[in-house]
Amino acid sequence: MMEDDVILKVENLSKQYRLGLVGTGTISHDLNRFLARIRGKEDPYLKIGESNDRSTKGTSEYVWALKDINFEVKRGEVLGIIGKNGAGKSTLLKILSKVTGPSTGAIKSKGRIASLLEVGTGFHPEMTGKENIFLNGAILGMTKKEIASKLDEIIEFSGCERYVDTPVKRYSSGMKVRLAFAVAAFLEPDILVVDEVLAVGDAEFQKKAIGKMQDISSQGGRTVLFVSHDMVAVQSLCSRLIVLENGGISFDGSVVEGVDYYMYSSLESDVNQSETYFEITKNRQVSYIKLKNSSSIASTNFFMGNSIHFQIGIKNNKESKDVRLALLIYSSKGEKIAVVGSMESSKNIFNVKNNDFSFNLEIMKLNLMPGRYFITTLLAFDSKIIEKKEECISFIIIEKDVYGTGKIPKGNYIVFFNSKWDLKT
Amino acid sequence: MQQKWLFVITPKTKLIDLNLKEVWQYRDLLMLFVKRDLVTLYKQTILGPLWYLIQPLFTSVIFTLVFNNVADIQTGGIPPFLFNLAGITIWNYFKECLTATSDTFKKNEQIFGKVYFPRIIMPMSIVVSNLLKFGIQLLIFIAFYIYYSLYLSSSIQTSIYIFLFPILVFSMGLLGLGLGMVISSMVTKYRDLTFLVSFGIQLLMYISLVVIPLSLFQEKGVEWLVMYNPMGYIIEMARFLLLNEGNISQFGIIYTGVSSILIFLLGIVIFNKTEKTFIDTI
Repeated sequence: MMEDDVILKVENLSKQYRLGLVGTGTISHDLNRFLARIRGKEDPYLKIGESNDRSTKGTSEYVWALKDINFEVKRGEVLGIIGKNGAGKSTLLKILSKVTGPSTGAIKSKGRIASLLEVGTGFHPEMTGKENIFLNGAILGMTKKEIASKLDEIIEFSGCERYVDTPVKRYSSGMKVRLAFAVAAFLEPDILVVDEVLAVGDAEFQKKAIGKMQDISSQGGRTVLFVSHDMVAVQSLCSRLIVLENGGISFDGSVVEGVDYYMYSSLESDVNQSETYFEITKNRQVSYIKLKNSSSIASTNFFMGNSIHFQIGIKNNKESKDVRLALLIYSSKGEKIAVVGSMESSKNIFNVKNNDFSFNLEIMKLNLMPGRYFITTLLAFDSKIIEKKEECISFIIIEKDVYGTGKIPKGNYIVFFNSKWDLKT
Repeated sequence: MQQKWLFVITPKTKLIDLNLKEVWQYRDLLMLFVKRDLVTLYKQTILGPLWYLIQPLFTSVIFTLVFNNVADIQTGGIPPFLFNLAGITIWNYFKECLTATSDTFKKNEQIFGKVYFPRIIMPMSIVVSNLLKFGIQLLIFIAFYIYYSLYLSSSIQTSIYIFLFPILVFSMGLLGLGLGMVISSMVTKYRDLTFLVSFGIQLLMYISLVVIPLSLFQEKGVEWLVMYNPMGYIIEMARFLLLNEGNISQFGIIYTGVSSILIFLLGIVIFNKTEKTFIDTI
């Protein structure tokens, strides 16, 4: 019963910002505006905004940072929120943490919401680590007693034992994040909001922090809202994903699909690119290429380690006993990565009549690192190459938590391998 | 299942929304802010908290030299130095409260923009921490008071109404807090006010009876200058209570009390109105 308990409900939430009115923040501007109103004239500063608007055919000076957001979060869920810059993530978090009010709509919560502060906000540089733990905890809504009872755990988790009596201004930025995260993690709020702060800590701490967040949700039964651009961290941590786009929710569902959806939209590749039709210039040639993902959906984006499906249409007017096709895969820097040729990788010998046909090819595991890859096709009839199409289509590999560790190697590598590690002593 | 929400966030409509229960829950935060203010103010200074004492003392000495010795302002029967020290100590409390609270939103923009706690905690903590500084400075005054009456055998005495002194300080706190909250709310939109406050408070001192007693204003026929300034009444009353010098009117008492409460309420209304949206305007 408790598992399906809705802890947070966002209903028709909208946040409107007004252009032109706010932001001309001097008394003289407001006085001018006031005088103009008394004399029955138009607002002298509004005109600027309106003329700008004319090009976009809208007469409103309003901008919706968020519009009609609806979602529910269940207890124990780890909800990832992703979206491009300006999609409304920060505004949503600000409203959730009561920093600013919504324009319309409501947020209903059954639990205490606490947000993990950005590096060092709320820290006073002159005070020691220990004093700052108390201050930061109190800012987040803990009482002195609560903090005191958890002080040892907090210090231990932060890994800053040696420095707790040193003023925070002597801390490195990573140590500040450790300390801030430790305070928030032991705050035990019902809903913890984490907004891209982990990036500062080192690898060891990131692992610790992600582990702690998993503990918070799985063992503590608490809810985490996680905002990030790090797709690998999102995939390893979240159980559900919301994609924000232009102030609205454009996707709400499983993490894998959500990341795919987000990468797809953020790369600005349209569906057409997954199907390329070529100009017919010869009697025999490759006429089209279609790309599909593992769920048979047309796509140009593929997760690391997933399968990719090619359909290659060939125009033909001659009978042939031996048709061969090879796909050469190049990296975006033009390095040769692999070749998938029908001659080597298929036992079949393909023969065709004098009409058009198509090849279906599936590469089962794309062990490629994230990036863009280009395909060159080689078409041969009866051992004679008759056409080579250079870099005629490209596809994109998207980050995925392939090792289940929340991490993938960094450093411009091209391929990855699944592996098993073992230690013998 | 019955839907029972812990809290609901909606667009703000109420005029006065001072959630005292919430403020009480955050009382530890208030005390930690006070501690922070006190501990960190003079960190990495040589004299440290001694600055609390140096400020009023030096100002009093200079004022005594300039206004009483050079300009020859009469202070009734009491030593000019004590007269000035009393005025400055009281005035400092008001001044510190006002200038510090009027900066609340701007100075704490970063933290206010990230996390929620009842915003009023911040100005309240300023008033409380200044109260402690005021207490220290009052001790100096008492020390000099004793010195003057014992060693210099000046004929000074406190008023029999001295027990009313805390009430006076309280209403001064209300006044500074209220005014500070009004200004801090308006500063979010009009930065000009920051400059106005910093020099306006200096001018205000001269018509708040800090150095020139009310009797002198009356003598010169420019009483109207100080008639409508509640701070003038407060300083005059404080001096009456501490040194039994100066005149007190019924009008003054009522005027001060009423205006302090009104300004405080106005401050809360405006502060409340600002706190939910200021992050969008600052």
